[in-house]
Amino acid sequence: MGRSQELRGGPPPKDPEVFGPNADDTGCGILHVDMDAFFVSVELRRRPELRGRPVIVGGAGPRGVVSSASYEARRYGVRSAMPMSKARRLCPKAICLPPDFAAYTEASHAVMEIFREVTPLVEPLSLDEAFLDVTGAQRRLGRPAAIAALIRSRVAAEQQITCSVGVASTMFVAKLASTRAKPDGMAVVPADRVLEFLHPLPVAALWGVGERSAEVLGRLGLRTIGDVARTPVATLRAALGKAAAEHLHDLAWGRDPRQVNPDPVDKSIGTEVTFDTDVADHEVIRRTLLQLAGTTATRLRRAGMMGRTVGIKVRFADFRTISRSRTLMSSTDVTREIFRTAWELFTALGTRERIRLLGVRVEGLLPADAGVWQPHLWEPRYGWREAERAVDAALERFGAGVIRPASLITRRSPDKKRGVGHT
Amino acid sequence: MKFRVERDALADAVAWTAKSLPSRPSVPVLAGVLLRASEGRLTISGFDYEVSSQVGLDVHADEDGTALVSGRLLAEITRALPAKPVDVSTDGSRVEIVCGSARFTLPTMPVEDYPTLPDMPPSVGTVDSAAFASAVSQVAVAAGRDDTLPILTGVRLELEGSTLTMVATDRYRLAVRELQWRPEAPDTSLTALVPARTLAETARSLGSLGGEVTLALSGSGTGEGLVGFAGGGRRTTSRLLDGDLPQVKSLFPESYSAEARVNVSELTAVVKRVALVAERNTPVRLSFSDGTVVIEAGGTEEARASEAMECEYKGEEMTIAFNPTFLTDGLGALNNPVAVLSFNDPFKPAVLSGATTEGEPDTSYRYLLMPIRLGN
Repeated sequence: MGRSQELRGGPPPKDPEVFGPNADDTGCGILHVDMDAFFVSVELRRRPELRGRPVIVGGAGPRGVVSSASYEARRYGVRSAMPMSKARRLCPKAICLPPDFAAYTEASHAVMEIFREVTPLVEPLSLDEAFLDVTGAQRRLGRPAAIAALIRSRVAAEQQITCSVGVASTMFVAKLASTRAKPDGMAVVPADRVLEFLHPLPVAALWGVGERSAEVLGRLGLRTIGDVARTPVATLRAALGKAAAEHLHDLAWGRDPRQVNPDPVDKSIGTEVTFDTDVADHEVIRRTLLQLAGTTATRLRRAGMMGRTVGIKVRFADFRTISRSRTLMSSTDVTREIFRTAWELFTALGTRERIRLLGVRVEGLLPADAGVWQPHLWEPRYGWREAERAVDAALERFGAGVIRPASLITRRSPDKKRGVGHT
Repeated sequence: MKFRVERDALADAVAWTAKSLPSRPSVPVLAGVLLRASEGRLTISGFDYEVSSQVGLDVHADEDGTALVSGRLLAEITRALPAKPVDVSTDGSRVEIVCGSARFTLPTMPVEDYPTLPDMPPSVGTVDSAAFASAVSQVAVAAGRDDTLPILTGVRLELEGSTLTMVATDRYRLAVRELQWRPEAPDTSLTALVPARTLAETARSLGSLGGEVTLALSGSGTGEGLVGFAGGGRRTTSRLLDGDLPQVKSLFPESYSAEARVNVSELTAVVKRVALVAERNTPVRLSFSDGTVVIEAGGTEEARASEAMECEYKGEEMTIAFNPTFLTDGLGALNNPVAVLSFNDPFKPAVLSGATTEGEPDTSYRYLLMPIRLGN
C-alpha cells in the first residue's frame, strides 16, 4: 500500500468512465482486491466513534513506523512505513493506535474466505490483498465486474470494511487498476485498452522497478511506461541487464504470463480423511483412495507441480498409524498413477482391520515444466494426463463434481468430516 | 550315513542348493540343506516353499542315511576345504566332515521337521542350456524389481510349438526373445510366469554345465502352478507367479519412419560417459541426423555433456530421449556388434535390436523402450 499514492500521478483518463465499473470486462478474469487502510479499518469497526478522524496504526516505540493510516491522516501527508515521529509532526491531531495483529489476521482470514467462496484460485499476497482468477466462476456468478461488485458488497456487509478491486486481463494490470480505484471503488481495464491505461503511468508503476531502476530509466529519459514500451529491448538490456529488460518491456506492453497460484511452493501435497465410523470394507477404502488421489493430483496440477514419491497413511481403529511410500520411475501429477500406487501400497499391507483414517500424499515435488516425464509403454501420446487436464478445465468452468471417476458417482462421499492436511 | 566324495563336486552341489535358501527363514529347518545318501548316490536338497533345488551326485557310500545341516555353514566350509577327498559321516546328532587334516563337526536339525520337496512337474521339452541361459539373461534385464508389483517381477515363458518366447517388462521397457526348443508334443501351447530372479540364476548355473535343460510345467495359472528346470543332475522347481503380463504384441509399431545403426560398444561407452551428468532418472538425448548422432545430457542450470559419434541413419532429423540405464541395459543385452534403433517419433516406443557387422539383422531379440518426454 506504500506506493499507491505516488502511482496515481498519471493524467486522468479523458472519459472518466473508460476504466470505471461499467467498462467492457470481456476477458478480464483477474481481480486484484486490496483492503482500504486495512488495519485502520479493522480498528474502526470496534471504535466507530473514530470514523472521519485521522487515525494511524503504528508501533509505539521510538523506532515505530506507520503500518496503516486512515485517508483523513493521509491528507496530511502521512504514509505507510513513515516513522511515527514524523507522522505525528505532520498530523498532530491524529489518533495513534498500537497494532493488534491477531485482530487483523482474523479479519484477513474472514475476507479471504469470502474470496474462496467465489473461486478456489485465490493467491493472497499479504493480509490485506489478494489476486483472484474468476474466469471459471463466471457461469455461476456473472461477469468479472459483477463478481468484483459482489465481493465489495459482501466484504462491506460482512466485515464492515471497504476494499478496492482492479479488474483486468493480467495480474499486473489488475493490481494497478485497484490502486487507481482506491479508496472504496473498482476499476475495469478492458483487455483492448490495456496500453491506453498503462502507458501514461510513471515507470515506477512497473512491477520490479524500484528507486534504483527508476533512476536508471530516468537517466535514459524514460518517465512513463509508454516510454519504456517504445524503447528497443537492446537499449533497456544495456541499462538493466537481460532478464530485467525483457521483463519490463513485456510488462510495458501489457504482457504478464503469471497465473494466479493458490498453492505457493510446497514440499509435499496431500490430503486425508477421517471416516465417520471405522471402515474395513476394501471397496470403500478403494473408492476413498481414488478420491484422495484425485484431490491430490488436482492440487498438484493447480500448483504446477509433479512429485516422484507417493505415500499413504493408514490409521487403524486402535490409533496405530503407519505410512508406506513408493518412489516412482518419474514424477507424476496424474490421478490414475497416484491412485494405482496408493492402492498397491494399501493392498500390500494385507490388512483386513478396521480403519479410522486414510491419507494420500505426493512428495519430492518439482515444477511440472522442469520435470521430464517417463511414460510407460501402454501410455498413449495423449493419455490420462491429458484427459485429467481437460477435466480440470471443465471443473473450473462448470464447478466441482461435473466430472468424476465412475466409481465415485453413485454414492455420497464417505468423508463428511474431511480433515484436509496441507504441508 | 557315511560317504566319501570329491571336494569340488561337493562344493558345487552344496553351493547350488544353498543359493536358494532364505536368509531369514520362517522356520529354522528351512535354513538347512538335506543330505541323503542312498545306494551310492548323494542327494542334496534346499527348499523355501517357493523354490526348491536338488542335486544328485555319485559318491562312495558306506552307509545310507540322512542329515539336515545349516546350508550356509556347509556351503562356506565346503568352499574352503582343500582339494582332497571329503569324508562325511553322522555321529548321533552331529555331522562330521573330514578333509585332509581339517575336521568339522556340525549340529544337525530334525529331519522329520523338514518339508517334502514338490515333485518335479511333467516334462514338456528340452532346450540347449547355453542358448537358454543367454536368452534368459537378455530378457530378465527388463523385468521389474519392485515386489509390490509381483506380476512384473516375472518372465513370461510362451511355449508354442517349437518356438519358446520369453517376455519381461517393468512397464517402461520390454524385452522379447525367441528361440527354438524341442517340445515333447509338437502342438505344445503353454505359458507360465516365472520369477525372473530364480529363472536367471537357474538358467545361468545350468548353462555353465552345458548340455540340455529339461523344462517342466504344471498347473499354470491356477495359483498352484509349478515350473521345473533340470539338467546335469540338478533340478530346480519354482512356484509360478499368479496372473499374467499385459498384452505386449500390440506395443510394437507396425512400421518405423526412422532407423539408426550404431556400433554397440561405442554407443554404450558414449552413453555411459555422457550420463555421468544426468541426475537420477533424467534422460540422455539422442539427436540423429545424416551420418551422426549427438548424445547429450544435463540441463541449462546443471552440468552438461555431449558427444557425437558416427551413425548410419535413415529418417528425418529427430531428437529422442531415454533413461540412460534403460538404454545401456538394452545395448548390453543385444549380443551383436551393431545396434539397430527403430522408431517413429519421440513419443512412441522405440525398438532396439541387433545386427551383424555385415548388416544382417537379428530380430530374435527385441528391446522396446519408452522415450522420456521432455518438459511438458
